[in-house]
Amino acid sequence: MPEPFSGTTTHSPITHHILSVLVENKAGVLARVAGLFSRRSFNIFSLAVAPADAHERFSRITIVVDAESAPLEQVVGQLNKLINVVEIRDLGSNEALERELLLATVHVPHQERDHLLESVADAGASVVDISDDAITVTLSGTPTALNAFEAMVAQGYPQCEIQRTGRVALPRLNNSATTA
Amino acid sequence: MNITGAQALIKALEQQGTEVIFGYPGGAILPVYDPIIDSSIRHILVRHEQGAGHMAEGYAQATGRPGVAMVTSGPGATNIVTPISNAYMDSIPLVVITGQVPTAAIGTDAFQECDITGITMGITKHNWLIKDAKDIPDVIAEAFYVATTGRPGPVLVDVPKDVTQSMVDWHDCPSPAELNLPGYHPLLEGDPEAVAAAARMLAEAERPVLYVGGGVLKARAIEALAELVRLSGAPVVTTLMARGALPDSHPQNLGMPGMHGNYTAVTAMQRADLLFSLGARFDDRVTGRLDAFAPNAAIVHVDIDPAEIGKVRAANIGIVGDARHVIEALSTASATLPRTDLSAWWKTLDGWRAQFPMTYEPAAEGAVLKPQAIIERLNALSPKDAIVVAGVGQHQMWAAQHWDYEYPYTWINSGGAGTMGFAIPAAIGAKVGHPGRTVWAIDGDGCFQMTAQELVTARSEGIPIKVAILNNSYLGMVRQWQEMFYEERYSEVYLSQDLPNYVMWAEAMGCVGIRVDRAEDVDAAIERANSINDRPVVIDFRTDATEKVFPMVAAGASNDDIMVHPTQQVGA
Ligand SMILES: Cc1ncc(C[n+]2csc(CCOP(=O)(O)OP(=O)(O)O)c2C)c(N)n1
Ligand SMILES: [Mg+2]
Repeated sequence: MPEPFSGTTTHSPITHHILSVLVENKAGVLARVAGLFSRRSFNIFSLAVAPADAHERFSRITIVVDAESAPLEQVVGQLNKLINVVEIRDLGSNEALERELLLATVHVPHQERDHLLESVADAGASVVDISDDAITVTLSGTPTALNAFEAMVAQGYPQCEIQRTGRVALPRLNNSATTA
Repeated sequence: MNITGAQALIKALEQQGTEVIFGYPGGAILPVYDPIIDSSIRHILVRHEQGAGHMAEGYAQATGRPGVAMVTSGPGATNIVTPISNAYMDSIPLVVITGQVPTAAIGTDAFQECDITGITMGITKHNWLIKDAKDIPDVIAEAFYVATTGRPGPVLVDVPKDVTQSMVDWHDCPSPAELNLPGYHPLLEGDPEAVAAAARMLAEAERPVLYVGGGVLKARAIEALAELVRLSGAPVVTTLMARGALPDSHPQNLGMPGMHGNYTAVTAMQRADLLFSLGARFDDRVTGRLDAFAPNAAIVHVDIDPAEIGKVRAANIGIVGDARHVIEALSTASATLPRTDLSAWWKTLDGWRAQFPMTYEPAAEGAVLKPQAIIERLNALSPKDAIVVAGVGQHQMWAAQHWDYEYPYTWINSGGAGTMGFAIPAAIGAKVGHPGRTVWAIDGDGCFQMTAQELVTARSEGIPIKVAILNNSYLGMVRQWQEMFYEERYSEVYLSQDLPNYVMWAEAMGCVGIRVDRAEDVDAAIERANSINDRPVVIDFRTDATEKVFPMVAAGASNDDIMVHPTQQVGA
C-alpha cells in the first residue's frame, strides 16, 4: 500500500519555503493572493511582486511561506485555485537562487564615519546618499549576506533605519556553477 | 451592431442559455432592467435579495444548470452575500450580477457604493469588475464557464452604471475554447495508474466503504456510481449532500453518515479498512474528532478539486478528476479484478442494521405530533419524484433521515453553511426549474420567519410550492444542544406558541394556510396540499418541542461515541 502523500502527516524540517507564482497582471490579484493566505491561516514571511514580462500581462509574486503554518501542498493547492494564478513553482531552498535588496540609513558622527565606510566596503555594500551625520547604504545579495550585514549595522549603530525588499528567487540552472 | 452595455449584458446572458433571472432592481442596476422587458429571459422579482440568491441555488441544485441572480449595488449586493457563501460551501454554480456605482465614483463612498468584489473575494470561485462595455460578452462567458466547470461554485460580476449605459459594438460571447483563462484548467480524467491502483485496493479490501459525497451528484455520475457499487459489492454511505445519489432502498446503501447519521453508516466508516471517497470532503460533521476518525482505514480520495485531497485526512491514493469520468474508469479497471469475499463484513453490517435501525418513539394516542412521523407521512403521500428542500435545524436532519430518497436531485439543503431561511426560496427555485414536479419545503418555525416573504413572490409569479413547517415553537436544534450540553439552561431559544399566526400569515401572502395539531388530521392536510396546484400551501404542523435528533455524535467527539436513540441504548 502506498504511503500517504498528504502534508498533514509529513513534517518537513524546512520551515521557509519559496513559491514563485506567475499571475495574470489584473486588478486585485495581489489582494486575492494575500486574502487567500490570511483566510486560510497560512503565514507569509515576505512577498515581492513585479511585472514578469515586457507587456505587463503577467506578474511574478515571490512568496516566502511559513511551511509550518500549513502543509505546503495545501498552500499550493489553494493558490492554484485562484483563477488568475497561472503557474506556481515551488522552490526548495536548495534549488532556489535567492536575492534581496537592503537600504540602510545609519546615523553616525563624522569622526566615526571611516570605520563604518570600511565595513560597508568589506560587505560589498555601497553608499548611495550622504549627509553630515548620516549615510545611506545599499546591499543586494543573498538573504544570508543581508542578515549578516543587517546584524552588523544594527549592533554597531543603534541609530539606524533598515528597509529590506523581501526576496525574489528563480530556480538554479542545471549544473549551475553559482555557489551563492 | 451598436447597443448599450445593458443590452449587451442581457444578450450575453441569453447566449449563455439563461432562462430565468432571480432579481431585484435598484439605482446602479437600473439600465439593465430596461432591456429585460424585451428579453426572452424570465425575470422573477423577489422580495429580498437573499431570496434571489437561494432561489438561484435551488434552481441550480434541482436542474444542474447555473442559477442566475441580479441585484443592485450596496445593500442589494450585501443582501446576497449569504447565498454566495452558501453556494461556495456547497459548490453550487451561481452567477450573480451586481450593479455598481459609475467607474468614476468608485472609491469615493458614493451613494450605495460598496466593494462587493472585495467582500466576496473569499466566497466566490472568482469575481470580476467590468470597466469597459466591450468586455461584457467575454466576462459573462468566462463567468459561466468558471461557475459550471471543475468544482462548481459561485461567481460574481460587478457592473458599474456607466458601463451599462455606454454604447458598444456587440460581438458574440466567445466559446469555452476561445476564453482567455491561462490559469484555469480543470481536469476531467483521473490519472490511469492511480485509478488502477485504487481499483486494486477496492478489490482487495476486506472492509471497504464507498463514501459518496455531493460531488457525485454535481458530476451527474449516478449511473456510473450504480455500476461501481454493483461491481464492488461494497457498502455505500451517502452524505447529507449526496442523499439520493444511490436509492435508499438499494441493499448496499447504509444511509447517511455524520453527526446525525445512522449507527451503521457511522460505524462502518469507523471500522473500515478502506474508505473510498467519491466527491466528498471529510467535513468535520462527517469525521467527528479527526484523530479518532476511521483509524484503520486506508484512504482513496477522488475529487475534482486537487486542494481537497489531503486537506483534512491524508490519502493513500488521491485521484483528481471529474467523479463521473473517474468512477467509469474505476469500473472498467475493477471489472476484471478478483474480488475479496465481503460476506463477513456484510454480516457485521447487517447485524448493526438490525440492531440499530433509524428509529423514534411514536406519539402516544392523542399526544402532540412527532416531527419524524410527519416526514414519513409527507413521504408516503407525495409523488416518488417529489423534491424536498429543507431549512436548517432539527427538521432538516429529520427530513434527511426519515424520507426515503429514491431519486437523485430530490433532496436539496444547505449543508456546508447551514443557512437558516434556505428552504422557501430554494424550493421556489427548484419549482421554477421543475414546474411539473411536487416541491415540498420542510421548514422550521425559526427558519420560516427568516424568508417567508418569498411566498409572496411564489404566489405572484405562480410558483405553487408546498411548505411544511415542523413548528416546535423553538429554535429546536439550539435547544437540543442546550438540553444536552448546557444543563437544560435554555437561553434565547423559545420562539412562541401563538406568534406569528402562520395560517393568517400564509393567507395574507395569497397562500393556503392549514394548521394541524392532531395525528388524525395529518394525512388529510397533506393530501389537500398535494391536490392544490394554483397557489402555494403552508401547513403549520404543531410538533413535540422536546423531541431530539438521534443518533448524534457530539461536536468534537469521536464517532465511536455515537449516541443512539435512547430506546436503543444499552440497558434501555
Ligand atoms: C442564519 C442562521 N442563524 C443561526 C443559525 C444557528 N441555528 C442552527 S439551527 C437553529 C434553529 C433553527 O430553528 P428552526 O428553524 O425552528 O428549526 P428546528 O431546529 O426547530 O427544527 C439555529 C438558530 C443558523 N444555522 N443560521
Ligand atoms: Mg423550530
